[in-house]
Amino acid sequence: MAKLELRNLNKTYTPRVVPLKELSLNVENGEFLTLLGPSGCGKSTTLRLIAGLEQPTRGEVRIGDRNVTHQPPGQRNIAMVFQSYALYPHMTVYENIASGLKLRRMASAEIQQRIGEVSQFLGLGELMQRKPGQLSGGQRQRVALARALVRRPDVFLLDEPLSNLDALLREQVRAELKQIFAAQPTPVVYVTHDQTEAMTLSTRVAVLNDGFLQQLDSPKRIYVRPANRFVASFIGSPQMNLLHLKCEGGFAQLGRCKLPLPSQVTVPPEVIFGIRPEHVRLVRPEDQQVLQGRVVLVENLGMSDLLTVQVEGTQGTLLRALLPPDQSWSGKQISLALPPEALHWFDVQTGDRLPDALP
Amino acid sequence: MTLVQKDAPLDVVPPRRWGLAVAVGLLLIFSLAPILWQVLTSLKTNADIAAVPNVYFPRQLTLEHYIELFRRRPFLRYMLNSAFVASVSTLLCLLIGTPAAYALARLRLPGERFILAGVLIVTLFPYILLFLGLLELVRTFGLANTYLALIVPYTAMNLPLTILVMRSFFQQLPRDLEDSAKIDGYNTGQMLWQILLPLTLPALVTTGILAFIAAWNEFIFALTFITRESMKTVPVAVAQLSGTAVFEIPYGALAAATVVGTLPLVILVLLFQRRIVQGLTAGAVKG
Ligand SMILES: Nc1ncnc2c1ncn2[C@@H]1O[C@H](COP(=O)(O)OP(=O)(O)O)[C@@H](O)[C@H]1O
Ligand SMILES: [Mg+2]
Repeated sequence: MAKLELRNLNKTYTPRVVPLKELSLNVENGEFLTLLGPSGCGKSTTLRLIAGLEQPTRGEVRIGDRNVTHQPPGQRNIAMVFQSYALYPHMTVYENIASGLKLRRMASAEIQQRIGEVSQFLGLGELMQRKPGQLSGGQRQRVALARALVRRPDVFLLDEPLSNLDALLREQVRAELKQIFAAQPTPVVYVTHDQTEAMTLSTRVAVLNDGFLQQLDSPKRIYVRPANRFVASFIGSPQMNLLHLKCEGGFAQLGRCKLPLPSQVTVPPEVIFGIRPEHVRLVRPEDQQVLQGRVVLVENLGMSDLLTVQVEGTQGTLLRALLPPDQSWSGKQISLALPPEALHWFDVQTGDRLPDALP
Repeated sequence: MTLVQKDAPLDVVPPRRWGLAVAVGLLLIFSLAPILWQVLTSLKTNADIAAVPNVYFPRQLTLEHYIELFRRRPFLRYMLNSAFVASVSTLLCLLIGTPAAYALARLRLPGERFILAGVLIVTLFPYILLFLGLLELVRTFGLANTYLALIVPYTAMNLPLTILVMRSFFQQLPRDLEDSAKIDGYNTGQMLWQILLPLTLPALVTTGILAFIAAWNEFIFALTFITRESMKTVPVAVAQLSGTAVFEIPYGALAAATVVGTLPLVILVLLFQRRIVQGLTAGAVKG
């Protein structure tokens, strides 16, 4: 186990295809870091640069105190789980798992012992003599995982390992992954475009977009304090409400409602205002600022209803709210409250979060 | 689950099955009848062959035509010539074509499309048109009556197909496998030998057989570049079989030669049949 460090990584294929523009980050021992972003944002490219399957155009990859930027993949002592699992189809499960160890000339007694441990841990005992073609998707996934785990590498890399499983199995394996990797100290870099995976598995999440790091934080802080407009809209489902509002004397105007801007801000003429649908609530007697609106659409999500509300006193501004499904909302006039602690403010030009008093 | 229909009892064969069986039978007769005719002819006595009206099934089986082929003519020699030329050119073809196909499938080469178009155009070119030019080359390099005179053109003739087939095979072989091998610590040689080769074997066998058959059956080059009796290949030898008298056509010997000349190909395909089928069905990656 060792710390992984990326310094100013850039990968340029052609002047117009630059999947990774600039990325620096550290992954410490015991950390589970997730690279999260929409597809095509450079996540896999980053992972391949760490693995050594691609050479960076600029920048360095360091593992522990070694600069491995120019080492071939086989010498970096990393293990990777591929989205397609990439099991060798002509080898048995045992041979698949053993191959990396045999190539490192490990004594066969130790190979057997390690494989024994891992296969018991992952419940592969029965399958050892089968070929990958005779396994189910979930079993192949475990074999791929076992092949990485027996190596006891310095860093684990996983590229969307759950995306080929069906929804039910995915949830189960996700929980298993969490246990497996929580029980060991080697740093993990995990790539996904699925925010649920990122939120549930990670100690830290790096949100990528367009080849740049958008935010690197704990899952909780990414949800509570998104660093910019992109992160705010990418994280959370249903998506956060993001509205362009005009400002006047420390307040932003939404319908007839005056929303207090954070105190430090030199008041801009316009801001982007955000609130998550799950934080919008029905008005209570103590609320001073009340938002009136008419329900134009109700989507039943099972445990709650997602309402689309047309805000009164605006030209068709829509706000989405997640409310308990205990009454029929359709077409009704309702009064909503926007709790001040749940408001987000972003700069109109840069999209960056405006500084606020919260820690 | 009582709604699921039970299988029909075994002794009642549904009419669709019958239709299928009849169709298969007709197809078999259509494609195998000429071969069967040759086999039967090769086993008839000369009297039966010459008999009018036709004798379809030999009244008396004989091996005299086969014995004649190998005793009175150096047919074994012809077969060895063919086997040697076809094997060497097939091996060369795979040896040159496979790496080329791999490069075309995996590397982003500049002008890749032009290279591919070139390869494709070569396959469309009627090679009969080349043979006068080639004859000139064979003379210049003094290759007449050497195996090389056949091996080189046969290799060239089969290369485009090999490259195209192998390239499409490599393209559907997941790249992740090679990446995974690199991370596991395989060096390039080990990766080629232990990962790529076993996975590529079915495709190699398939294209190899096609190349071998084309080389084994080739006639024009073999006829013109080789004049020495001891160097001749099977197709030429069969065409030049003649009877004892000038006007006698040795039907029996011709039929026997055809059978003997086809047999190696049949055996080859049967031998590798399982490999070919296996290659098409092996479960590779996803679930
Ligand atoms: N070998 C390559 N040559 C050129 N472009 C590439 C190559 N590999 C990836 N790209 C491009 O880089 C971009 C990012 O890809 P990738 O890192 O795989 O995204 P993702 O975040 O979905 O994993 C894509 O637009 C892709 O087309
Ligand atoms: Mg990807």
